[in-house]
Amino acid sequence: MTTVIRVNDLGKRYRIGLMPQKYQTLSEKISLTLSAPWRALRRVQAPLADAADTIWALRQVSFEVEEGQVLGIIGRNGAGKSTLLKILSRITEPTEGEVMIRGRVGSLLEVGTGFHPELTGRENIYLNGAILGMKRAEIDRKFDEIVAFSEVEQFIDTPVKRYSSGMYLRLAFAVAAHLEPEILVVDEVLAVGDAEFQKKCLGKMGDVARQGRTVLFVSHNMSAILRLTQESIVLDKGHLVLRAPSAEAVDYYLSAGNARAGERYWEAGEVPADAAPFRPLALRVRDAKGNVADTVRSTEPCTIEVEYSLSAPLSGLRIGIYLSTARGEYAFTSFDTDDPMLFERYASRPAGHYLSRCTLPADLLNSGRYTIGVNASSYGVRRYFMDEQALTFHVDPAGAPGMQWSEPRPGVIRPRLRWSIERQ
Amino acid sequence: MSQSDFIILRPSRGWASLNLRDLWAYRELLYFMTWRDLKVRYKQTVLGVAWAVLQPFLTMVVFSIFFGNLAKVPSDNIPYPVFAFVGLLPWDLFTKALNDASRSLVSHQNMVTKIYFPRLILPLASVFAGLVDFLIASLVLVGIMVYYIWQGQMRFTWSLSLLTLPFFLLLALITALGAALWLSALYVQYRDVGHILPFLAEFWRVLSPVVYSATLVPAKWQLLYAINPMAGVLNGFRWAILGTPTGPNAPMLISVGVAIFLLLSGLFYFRRMEKIFADMI
Repeated sequence: MTTVIRVNDLGKRYRIGLMPQKYQTLSEKISLTLSAPWRALRRVQAPLADAADTIWALRQVSFEVEEGQVLGIIGRNGAGKSTLLKILSRITEPTEGEVMIRGRVGSLLEVGTGFHPELTGRENIYLNGAILGMKRAEIDRKFDEIVAFSEVEQFIDTPVKRYSSGMYLRLAFAVAAHLEPEILVVDEVLAVGDAEFQKKCLGKMGDVARQGRTVLFVSHNMSAILRLTQESIVLDKGHLVLRAPSAEAVDYYLSAGNARAGERYWEAGEVPADAAPFRPLALRVRDAKGNVADTVRSTEPCTIEVEYSLSAPLSGLRIGIYLSTARGEYAFTSFDTDDPMLFERYASRPAGHYLSRCTLPADLLNSGRYTIGVNASSYGVRRYFMDEQALTFHVDPAGAPGMQWSEPRPGVIRPRLRWSIERQ
Repeated sequence: MSQSDFIILRPSRGWASLNLRDLWAYRELLYFMTWRDLKVRYKQTVLGVAWAVLQPFLTMVVFSIFFGNLAKVPSDNIPYPVFAFVGLLPWDLFTKALNDASRSLVSHQNMVTKIYFPRLILPLASVFAGLVDFLIASLVLVGIMVYYIWQGQMRFTWSLSLLTLPFFLLLALITALGAALWLSALYVQYRDVGHILPFLAEFWRVLSPVVYSATLVPAKWQLLYAINPMAGVLNGFRWAILGTPTGPNAPMLISVGVAIFLLLSGLFYFRRMEKIFADMI
């Protein structure tokens, strides 16, 4: 096996802009304004000289990727995933360390870049192909395949500004997908498009991997990571914290990064300003005895509670929870005003401190790790707050149906069904 | 794939090399970007490509009325409209190239922040796209000249000096590209450049013999005047096409020298700043 990517002690430092200055007097303000060009000039001459207003987006990251390997890259927002991809695809330069790359790097994080709305689909295929580094002969050769993949045959000579967003996306993806680089970098593209299209994208990625080419796959979709990659690296605050088989890496990411033992608090700084007047305070999982718990038993009921405050009255507010498995598949969605009676009663909520609580019945969930997402919205009006991975918890199967056999049981739910057996 | 076929990415220090080989590898992209600029420029316009003709033509009419007829600016014994149009041809090419190329990086931000390609492609494509307008407007010049010759107001003699036109055209492009390399790289960091550009174009035009003849400039100032490469370009154009007494001379060498210096220094500055484009833009 040859090494196609070797990352050695890689670091990238960004300047986070000028620290906010406090102007005391008008004359100070004027002198600061007048000296601004001079200070700017000094910064150009000595880039990144002072560490005070800089941040390391990536630091001391080292890893290698073998030819034909499909490597997952996971981490929370701001962990350095995008920076890493930007360096690997040569968009930006590292601040320290070095990367050795063998072969052409293509990426699916740039679908549609350089597309011009006034040009037709056909023209954009050629233009975008050239931007992605394809030769014209190569595009000629793959043209029909690209058009077929994008399913926009009838509109190929129509300006893309007349396309629906789905058509636009399919065409853009089709070009990028046919680049056939030695190394393919895939970012969150799968988050866009309809389910059918996402399936197609994943299929294409699988093809690429099977052809023995190297794929770097970045996603928040743990189920896709598990399905498509054997090995993953976990990034946290710019550092590589783990490289392991994907199942282990995903488990690490879901538990270490997110969970705080059955309870999640939101500090004021963590809540986006546009969530107001909604302000999430905490999310908790409680076991049958009412204790906050990271692990609950499948055979006992448990409670999920969302604590929040409203700084102004809201009408039509509903608090929802999304429960999904460690693989990223939704188990269910439920809102606190699903019940018509509660819906009537809480048609509008005055400002104040609230607790919305629901109980999961016993014998509902199968064993495994689950993620709770929180959503606060007024239907048809706006979404105030959303955190798809607010908290994770574990369901222990002790005493659940079928525990006499030690095999793992597929399925999200583990209901206690009433069986009868008759001999006839 | 051969063992040697790999690249190393590491922080570059100081003045980066020009890396023209990379530019050559991406020559098709240069072609497509130029082609796109042309294709898109006159989409959804009523007059379409006629704009390439109308702009210099109307400017010429206005200049002829105010500078030719009213102010009676001397035009080396050439009918003023012809004199002005021959100057406007390279001048419009120059300002358009300078303006578009200087803005090219910022106006293609999403390409710069998402894909690797030699960034030089962007200003280069903007400069080349202006050439087509130039060629179309040149046809109009032929028409105007035929009219004045037919009216008996001027004479035209074929001469070998016409063959020097491509050289002066190249000089205009080099000047535009050289200045635009500096300005586009500065624009990434300082949006002030966007405000400077229109002013710079006006200022530069006054310093160039567009509406007047360079022969108006006193002899003792000619050397200083020639520091502006566009003076050399405009003098050259008028000399090559109209036979004015502004042909190649010692000051013109200064113009050429300044243009080449502008281009080389611009290239190196651009390459030096290239690494921060994606982070700063």
